[in-house]
Amino acid sequence: MKLTTPPYSPLKIGLGIVLCGFFGISIAAVEVMDDRGKTISLASPPQRLISLLPSLTESICALGKCNHLVGVDRFSNWPLSLQNLPKLGGMSDTNLEAIVQLKPDLVMVDKSSPIISRLEDLRISVMAFEIKTMADEERTLKKLDLALGSKEAGRVWNQIQAEITRANKQLDGSQKNMRVYFEVNTAPYAAGRSSFIGELLTRLELNNIIPESLGPFPKINPEFVVQAKPQIIMLSETGVTDMKKRPGWTDIPAVRENRICAFKKEQSDVIVRPGPRMGEAALILSQCIAEKSLSSK
Amino acid sequence: MPKHQLYLKLLALFAVSLILIALGCVFGSTGIDWRFTEVDRTILYEIRLPRSIGAYLAGALLGLAGAIAQGLFRNPLADPYLLGSASGALLGVGIILCLSYAGEHSLVTLIGINGGAFVGALLGVLAALLLAGGYKSSLRLLLSGVVIGVIFSAANSLLTFVRPDLYQSLQSFMLGNTSLITWNANLMMGLALIISILLTLLLSPVLSALSLGENTARTLGLPLDQLRLLLIAVLALATGFAVAQTGLIAFVGLAAPHLVRHISGGRQRVQLILSSIAGGILLLGSDLLAKSIFAPLEIPVGIVTAVLGGGYLLFLLRREQIGISK
Repeated sequence: MKLTTPPYSPLKIGLGIVLCGFFGISIAAVEVMDDRGKTISLASPPQRLISLLPSLTESICALGKCNHLVGVDRFSNWPLSLQNLPKLGGMSDTNLEAIVQLKPDLVMVDKSSPIISRLEDLRISVMAFEIKTMADEERTLKKLDLALGSKEAGRVWNQIQAEITRANKQLDGSQKNMRVYFEVNTAPYAAGRSSFIGELLTRLELNNIIPESLGPFPKINPEFVVQAKPQIIMLSETGVTDMKKRPGWTDIPAVRENRICAFKKEQSDVIVRPGPRMGEAALILSQCIAEKSLSSK
Repeated sequence: MPKHQLYLKLLALFAVSLILIALGCVFGSTGIDWRFTEVDRTILYEIRLPRSIGAYLAGALLGLAGAIAQGLFRNPLADPYLLGSASGALLGVGIILCLSYAGEHSLVTLIGINGGAFVGALLGVLAALLLAGGYKSSLRLLLSGVVIGVIFSAANSLLTFVRPDLYQSLQSFMLGNTSLITWNANLMMGLALIISILLTLLLSPVLSALSLGENTARTLGLPLDQLRLLLIAVLALATGFAVAQTGLIAFVGLAAPHLVRHISGGRQRVQLILSSIAGGILLLGSDLLAKSIFAPLEIPVGIVTAVLGGGYLLFLLRREQIGISK
């Protein structure tokens, strides 16, 4: 006797296709790879977000998802609408309990944060970022766009670029190519050429006294700055008095001719965060250079 | 002291420990809350309980290490922090973190970190001993320990220079941190504590003999040198495993044995066990303080123990004129 298998009826096949389609929709949703190389799958765009890095917070808000944030780190202070959100501590003292309490769908952190493994133990989705250059920020915006289901990355990035171009045009030929020293921290740490601040200086066609080989944020010998004779020094307002007192620094052209860009706290926040306000940062830099070179003429 | 009185005191210490662990589960960033919704249960079982038990275990390890060190070197100021073994352990942790990726703590990395801390702690004590030319002079040994500690922490700072992204992780280790203790970490410390206690109890006759003086101990016919080395290894194990989970915690190992000395009445075994319990109580108590002084902000527990322990050390120095004999 011959065994015959019953043929698949068109109905069953059709049903299968429809079911597969449903599963496809419900499972696939979104997969994003974070900067650790780990793939994060999100069934639907996350509704409750926590950001533990100011630049990430700003990027999320620039993409229009500020209203999904339910908590931020201690240093996130822009936009102002955030000030009523729970503050969850800093990098080395993040408040784990408070994060769990907020039931986040997704937590955004810096890649070197010690809390990542602990959060993942508690089955909380974590997306880790490493933002050191402008290209990193562009990639971050794209990934956030994908993860959060916004479609704003292109617009935000183009705006940053347009602002940087505008900042560049504010400087005339004599102001460009000035030797600049940007002090990140009074230790002193400088902004090297490969850092996002260094990249901004390059885009403004300024001449950073720190050579490429020293890396993004090198700790330098103060004597190096004296020898390099910068024409402009940029640093935070709080460091100016002490900086002028450093031995030999009064002979630096920038100090002698008082071409010092001393940034207020709000301005420093804009400049030292690799986020969506980098365009604004470029404008602050060019504005200061334009003012300082006018006053000394 | 009559035996039943000792049991009573042991019971009291255990009761205090349990009460502190219970308090550790109630105190937290959200204040005291008994409504156990699902989130609260995660916080209770996955954060507060492992943290409280972990702080207790780490304290117990340090207390035991302190008691071993003080008995072994017949030096009332010996403790894992001052002997250089804690900073050795921290350097071990730093090196392992440097080699692995900082964010991902799998079980393998955890074992690696603990192993690194153990080896580091062992090297720390041995280096201090070598530098001091033995343990005959208490003062020399302590000074060498401090010197080794300084050198090792400089090496650690160098690590953060090479890998700036490790700065945050290492920083929390340097200040002592109990807020990220997991169940796996508890497992590690629990195992280390059981092994160290069993080994020390087994070796406690050596400590008893040593308390009578080196020469008397030799006349008892014990293989002193080998046993001493074994005790140093136990000391390193206890220190290393505590440092690997909680970072540098000062003075718990120093203060715990002193606090219980008058209860134990000179009996080595009792002294070792009691020091361990007292260490647990001290660290967990400090952790509760660290959580609640500036709540909801938290200060690193290492700062609390340093302040409390440092104060206690000064008090001891003034009251007893602890002999730092040459």
